[in-house]
Amino acid sequence: MNLETIIPEMAASVNWKLEGKHLLSEDLRKKALSVLENMPFPTTRTEAWKYTRLAKIRNGNFVARQEQLASNRHQIDLNAISLVFVNGHFASNLSSSHFPDGIKLLALSQMEVMELSVLGNTLPLEGELFNAFNTAYATDGVYLHISANMHIKPVIEITHIVTGTNTISHLRNVIVAEAFSKAHIVQQYVTENANTCFTNVVTEVSVAKNAFLTIDKLQYEDESCFTIATEQVTQATDSNFTINTLTLNGGLVRNNLNIAVNGQNCETHLNGAYILKGSQHVDNHTVVDHTVAHCVSNELYKGVIDEKATAVFNGKVFVRKDAQKINAFQSNGNVLLSNDATVNSKPELEIYADDVKCSHGSTTGQLDDEAIFYLRARGIGEKAARQLMVGAFVGDVFGKLTNEAVKTRVDQLLQERFEWDFVG
Amino acid sequence: MLKIENLHASIDGKEILKGLNLDVKAGEVHAIMGPNGAGKSTLASVLAGREEYEITEGTVAFEGKDLLEMATEDRAREGLFLAFQYPVEIPGVSNVNFLRTALNEIREYNGQEQISAKDFMALVREKSAIVELDAKLASRSVNEGFSGGEKKRNEIFQMAMLDPKLAILDETDSGLDIDALRIVANGVITLKSDKNATIVITHYQRLLDYIVPDFVHVLYDGKIVKSGPKELALELEEKGYDWIKAEFQH
Amino acid sequence: MGYTENDLAKDLENSEYKFGFTTNIESDRAPNGLNETIIRYISAKKEEPEWLLEYRLKAFRIWSEMKEPNWAHVHYEKPDFQAISYYAAPKQTKKYESWDDVDPELKATMAKLGISMEEQQRLTGVAVDFVMDSVSVATSFKAKLGELGIIFCSFSEAVKEHPELVKQYMGSVVPVTDNFYAALNSAVFTDGSFCYIPKGVRCPMELSTYFRINEANTGQFERTLVIADEGSYVSYLEGCTAPQRDENQLHAAVVELIALNDAEIKYSTVQNWYPGDKDGKGGIFNFVTKRGLCETNAKISWTQVETGSAVTWKYPSCILKGDNSIGEFYSVAVTNNYQQADTGTKMIHLGKNTKSTIISKGISAGKSQNSYRGLVQIHKNAHNARNFSQCDSLLMTDECGAHTFPYIECKNPSAKIEHEATTSKIGEDQIFYCLQRGISEEKAISLIVNGYCKEVLNQLPMEFAVEAQKLLAISLEGSVG
Ligand SMILES: Nc1ncnc2c1ncn2[C@@H]1O[C@H](COP(=O)(O)OP(=O)(O)O)[C@@H](O)[C@H]1O
Ligand SMILES: [Mg+2]
Repeated sequence: MNLETIIPEMAASVNWKLEGKHLLSEDLRKKALSVLENMPFPTTRTEAWKYTRLAKIRNGNFVARQEQLASNRHQIDLNAISLVFVNGHFASNLSSSHFPDGIKLLALSQMEVMELSVLGNTLPLEGELFNAFNTAYATDGVYLHISANMHIKPVIEITHIVTGTNTISHLRNVIVAEAFSKAHIVQQYVTENANTCFTNVVTEVSVAKNAFLTIDKLQYEDESCFTIATEQVTQATDSNFTINTLTLNGGLVRNNLNIAVNGQNCETHLNGAYILKGSQHVDNHTVVDHTVAHCVSNELYKGVIDEKATAVFNGKVFVRKDAQKINAFQSNGNVLLSNDATVNSKPELEIYADDVKCSHGSTTGQLDDEAIFYLRARGIGEKAARQLMVGAFVGDVFGKLTNEAVKTRVDQLLQERFEWDFVG
Repeated sequence: MLKIENLHASIDGKEILKGLNLDVKAGEVHAIMGPNGAGKSTLASVLAGREEYEITEGTVAFEGKDLLEMATEDRAREGLFLAFQYPVEIPGVSNVNFLRTALNEIREYNGQEQISAKDFMALVREKSAIVELDAKLASRSVNEGFSGGEKKRNEIFQMAMLDPKLAILDETDSGLDIDALRIVANGVITLKSDKNATIVITHYQRLLDYIVPDFVHVLYDGKIVKSGPKELALELEEKGYDWIKAEFQH
Repeated sequence: MGYTENDLAKDLENSEYKFGFTTNIESDRAPNGLNETIIRYISAKKEEPEWLLEYRLKAFRIWSEMKEPNWAHVHYEKPDFQAISYYAAPKQTKKYESWDDVDPELKATMAKLGISMEEQQRLTGVAVDFVMDSVSVATSFKAKLGELGIIFCSFSEAVKEHPELVKQYMGSVVPVTDNFYAALNSAVFTDGSFCYIPKGVRCPMELSTYFRINEANTGQFERTLVIADEGSYVSYLEGCTAPQRDENQLHAAVVELIALNDAEIKYSTVQNWYPGDKDGKGGIFNFVTKRGLCETNAKISWTQVETGSAVTWKYPSCILKGDNSIGEFYSVAVTNNYQQADTGTKMIHLGKNTKSTIISKGISAGKSQNSYRGLVQIHKNAHNARNFSQCDSLLMTDECGAHTFPYIECKNPSAKIEHEATTSKIGEDQIFYCLQRGISEEKAISLIVNGYCKEVLNQLPMEFAVEAQKLLAISLEGSVG
């Protein structure tokens, strides 16, 4: 049977041309296709999509397309090990070809079929339309494996570039950090001459015992484009995982960050910053699921919303029944810069253990006029004064960045889009 | 310094330690390794005097005194220090206040005078440098908001401040990246002398590359089932604990 | 069997009509029960002006129409309001014949609090000599305050000496209609404290009911009125930290604070009334209405450390009426054994740029129940209102309960409201950690609990804070499990 000829009802009902070579194992794809057979497109009545309308994606006329670029002008750190993908396809001409010991880094399309069959097992498909689409139609992605005990000093930079009009990309990334390893990854989502494109990425991450893994996820796509990005993370005993999600542009961006903390003595850090204007819509959904005892998780998301933009935050922390001695903190802060800006914030704690320390908080407000007045009275122009205040507000999150090159890039992008300086 | 003979301990009627023997002399470093759930932390807790455990049999002599008869705080005052596997957070109580209270109570017990604020702060500065602990952490609440690595370093900092005779480090290496591990290990080595002794509990071999033990013991099912020189640790790392399990399971 | 108080009461009830309330009653104790006659009796005993009698009667009529409230998280046997005597002559200061008669447990507690021997004797009412001293101390204070125009006296005295002030402000913040217990208090209050700080005066010392504890019997229906005139400042301490063994089962006090433009009132309470025994028998029901009104640029700050009473129901609140006014609430509520506390605050934002801060620390031990109930209300015209709330609960055992009920009502979009809540458990772990470092258990508990309450204790005046810290440790002794 040729799987490419099976087009389930859902896939047929949208006007997305998904043809091409698809990568994951047949079994998995079959499962995904069968999910697609019976699944309706989510609406705002679906709890998980309550504040995010998908009509523009649903009604889009997307086409899959391959394209070659002559250069990668998005590289952040010149010393990085770098892989580049264009429209969901590996761009070997733009990628590093030599890697240090202890690291296996390649495009899924370069892997043996046998190796591929081990991927994709942690991702829920049932009820998750975009996960199912991704599993059925992913064209390529990254496979990154860090061997046990290896401390990878250079940053590993993965860049996804989207080009053209109505381009659809389905990318699947798999990251495995073995025991006692340590690495820092920068995932970048950018566009070049792109218009109303749709990208659906899934990254599966496994952090083994006592491994340290940091991911900086930098999103800077065209204001007309749509992205759904999902990270599915599992953590084993004594491990340490940090993810910094920075959304600085993009028309409709939905991030699903799901972390299952399955081992004791883990640390998890989730930081996010979103700075929006125009009619951008950015939706961050996060889940931290503490299934075992003695762990710490820390979540800090902050956003600045201007003009007619909308931000959504939904953070869920589960502490399961026997997961005692959990420290879980969650905080979401928003500043609205205009009367038309909107924010929907829903921090949630679900705790089933009694010996825990958990807190959550949510704030929404405007810049303090008094403070701005004070700054102006000291001779600082209104614009600069606002910028200072905004910078101070989201500075907490940018302060969590540890890589200098990433900080510099963030600064540069903010300059470009907002003519603002944040990172001091 | 420490002599454990035929120690049996149980919790909620369940026997965890089942006849454990160990002899530690001044100047020695002992490593205790063993799979999860073997009873390593239980041993540490029993020695430190956690009350939930019931001692059903056996004796423990510490510097010739009956350790099991002493209250927890007196064991500490006699010079027994436990670096906790999961260091406890005490919100609102600053690290310095905590340590000054501890240090002064220990001094009082030993008939010494209270330490002056000036001398105390000098001591804090000196000892925090050993584990490269940011001076700011010393004034923050005990372990609150510390990263995993900072907590473990804080344990060693406290150990440096209290200058114990016998230090028991329970999984002080787990959850540390390689740089933090090196710092912690260096701290322990710096504090080592021929007058004190150290028991290092771990289930990862890598710590022992830094803190070289005089003896390695394998704790399995509540007993020490194998003892040997430092090479035993490597053998364990290579073969895994299944090897021990297979050998001793009945 | 002789003629008892009860017999007298019965006789009085029966002879009421015949002789009317003006009959010379030899006894200084009103018969049990509550009716208009009793209220007239109280008012007459206190030689009150007509307007105050009218005020009481109006309150009584309102109260009679009211239903006793039921609270979801508080369970107790409702008091029988007809079984209480609403007026008794000032209690004798001499409660014990000699020091040896004093309950040894009480003595031990006071010693732990670090209260001097003299003070202990005074508080238990043993030494007569000492009372003289106390009076003279109080008198010298009074002279000093008088120079500044500050009025600090009992409520009864204020009614006589400063009727215009009492008339103007009494009931202006807590109207008689406010709630069941406030109405009851308005009808039957016996005495209390009154304080007035004139314009622009900064009261140079902490005013405390402590100094006049022997002057008047404040009784179970206490009434406090503090007025800070424009630009003035006062720090007021209520109660004292010595354990009070009060036979009164029900306490229903009313406290009203008025901070006029640019004034500031800091009101601190340490309450440790009898909480009942280990099995939950006895103990005080403490149903208090406390509220302050802030005019423009004014500030009211409530700080409370509550360790006593069997049932506590209390929400010190701020009405932020004036623009730029500020309300603060700092609270530590400790419950042990079978105690129940339902406490919190209400911050009512009416004016522009009003700010409120709520820091609540609940500690539950034994089988107790501890609830935080708070309301933050931002009205339509309260532009740029700010609120920050932090409610932490500390559980000492598996059998106690901690509940948080924050209500946030916002009718103005420019408001900024932050709410944080945490629940955690004091570990045997935390204590064991301290023990392992050589710290004794007693010190360990006190370190841990005081650390947890630090933000609140820091708000108390120095001497008060020290005693409050000790009190916390005593309340929780041996309660970890
Ligand atoms: N508080 C407790 N109640 C019941 N069983 C416990 C308790 N603490 C530990 N145990 C049990 O004792 C055994 C030994 O645990 P532990 O000493 O922590 O092992 P290790 O430190 O070697 O991993 C385990 O089987 C564990 O489940
Ligand atoms: Mg252990």
